[in-house]
Amino acid sequence: MISPRHTNIALGAGVGLKPQHYEDAYAVEQGELWFEVHPENYMVDGGPRLAWLEMIRGRHPLSLHGVSLSLAAEQEPDATHLQRLKALIDRVEPALVSEHLAWSAWRDHYHPDLLPFPRTQDALLRVAANISRTQDTLGRRIAIENPTHYLTITGHDWSESDFFREVIRRTGCGLLVDINNVFVSAHNLPIDPIAYLDAIPSDAVMEIHLAGHSVDANGALWIDSHDAAINEGVWHLYRYLIDRIGPRPTLIERDGQVPEFDVLLGERQQAQSLLDRRISMDAMA
Amino acid sequence: MKATLASFQDAFVDALYGRVPHDSRVVALMDQPGFAVYRNTVFQGCVDALEANFPAVVRLVGEDWFRAAAAEYVSLSPPTETRLLRYGQNFPDFLASFEPAKSLSYLPNVARLDYSWVEAHVAPDDRHVTVIDLTAWPPQQAERATLRVHPSARWHWFADEPAYTIWRANREGADIPDDLVWEGEGALLLRPSSNVVWQPLSIGACAFLDACAAECDLESATRRALEREPEMDLGQCVSTLLTAGAIAEIKVRDAVS
Repeated sequence: MISPRHTNIALGAGVGLKPQHYEDAYAVEQGELWFEVHPENYMVDGGPRLAWLEMIRGRHPLSLHGVSLSLAAEQEPDATHLQRLKALIDRVEPALVSEHLAWSAWRDHYHPDLLPFPRTQDALLRVAANISRTQDTLGRRIAIENPTHYLTITGHDWSESDFFREVIRRTGCGLLVDINNVFVSAHNLPIDPIAYLDAIPSDAVMEIHLAGHSVDANGALWIDSHDAAINEGVWHLYRYLIDRIGPRPTLIERDGQVPEFDVLLGERQQAQSLLDRRISMDAMA
Repeated sequence: MKATLASFQDAFVDALYGRVPHDSRVVALMDQPGFAVYRNTVFQGCVDALEANFPAVVRLVGEDWFRAAAAEYVSLSPPTETRLLRYGQNFPDFLASFEPAKSLSYLPNVARLDYSWVEAHVAPDDRHVTVIDLTAWPPQQAERATLRVHPSARWHWFADEPAYTIWRANREGADIPDDLVWEGEGALLLRPSSNVVWQPLSIGACAFLDACAAECDLESATRRALEREPEMDLGQCVSTLLTAGAIAEIKVRDAVS
């Protein structure tokens, strides 16, 4: 059994956990360091993955960041998937649970991406109902991540920030602000990233994500690829956001071209320093 | 047709897989360069998952050939569940009917062994019993015992070709042995503790495990094994299986060990 000692502590900066870093993550001495994983990779009956996760969880707080609940699909979240998620939550007692404002599972198939949709009134009702069902089943509040945009979709009834506000009002869910997604979408659509961050309901923000991105082959689009160091523009927006809303648990995400563990710890330290600076601003005020 | 969220999603999926979308909102998206980002991400995610799940097949056919074949499979059989670490259950059957793979008769069976590795890797943890546990029972009671096979154990008999030797060499990054004999082979994969392990298995041992999985008692499992392989050393076979960790439990009538 895992002690629940970590579940209520305030989290600083954490790192996405990759299988190639299991041993490093287990051995690292920084007890305040936390890790995030995609629960889908641990929805298994047994085996070494789950064993590693439990071992690391014994020493560090954990966050479960789902990618496939498909909250924006016009169907209920898959009941089996929700039960598996609940079982994993009971097993590892994560400090945070999050998902995306997107769809991926639809009818009988799973399309592994975070797919976009028109933010219509119907979509709002559906997303709110799906989040409520998820929170009721899991017995806890979840945070919803803002998507990366690559397309100009017509037929939105709601701006994204108003959509989030209304979903939060109806369900009590939280927000996961992915700064890289804002930065990349600002280039692709385009939108004003500062205006976007200013419109975020600050009280709802439970977590922040930082990641790197790439430029597509034609050079026109930026891609939310998580395969590079965090861009200076993303750091700038991060600082802007926490100056406005205060310090929040912050995750360094890296999914491609994964470097040595120490490189990720370096980025994590950079985020932690900004959080510490922000905390000291409050203390001096 | 009313423009609903569902009609948008149906049309978006049609467009992802190269079919004509029946929703004007999605038609308007297909000309934007961003649409290809989603199509690439979906296909790459699926193909990457297959590449991770079928490493021996990848080594045999090369990455380019594999990814092209995998993309065809993705079009025909998109994932039906969100756990991509289990994706590709019928990829071996796809390879068996895939025209460009016709000359590689052993490829589907190599793929079956790769998928058995996947299944063993994520199977429930369980204990396993030893030879001493079995020999502790008086022979007359042991004959009526049933052996519960470890939940991670997967076994195959390939009648026509040395699929196990070919798989093993590619899984271990080794060369195919020079003395390869083109004859039937069996294989056992399992995860007795943290790692998946494998070993060759005779046709009689495969029949024995089939019988155990069907909850036959030891006497009847022995009979079935000997029917398939009359000259087999049954004691040696049981001992090998127990040593490998393939038996989770010995169930004796009114008693469990």
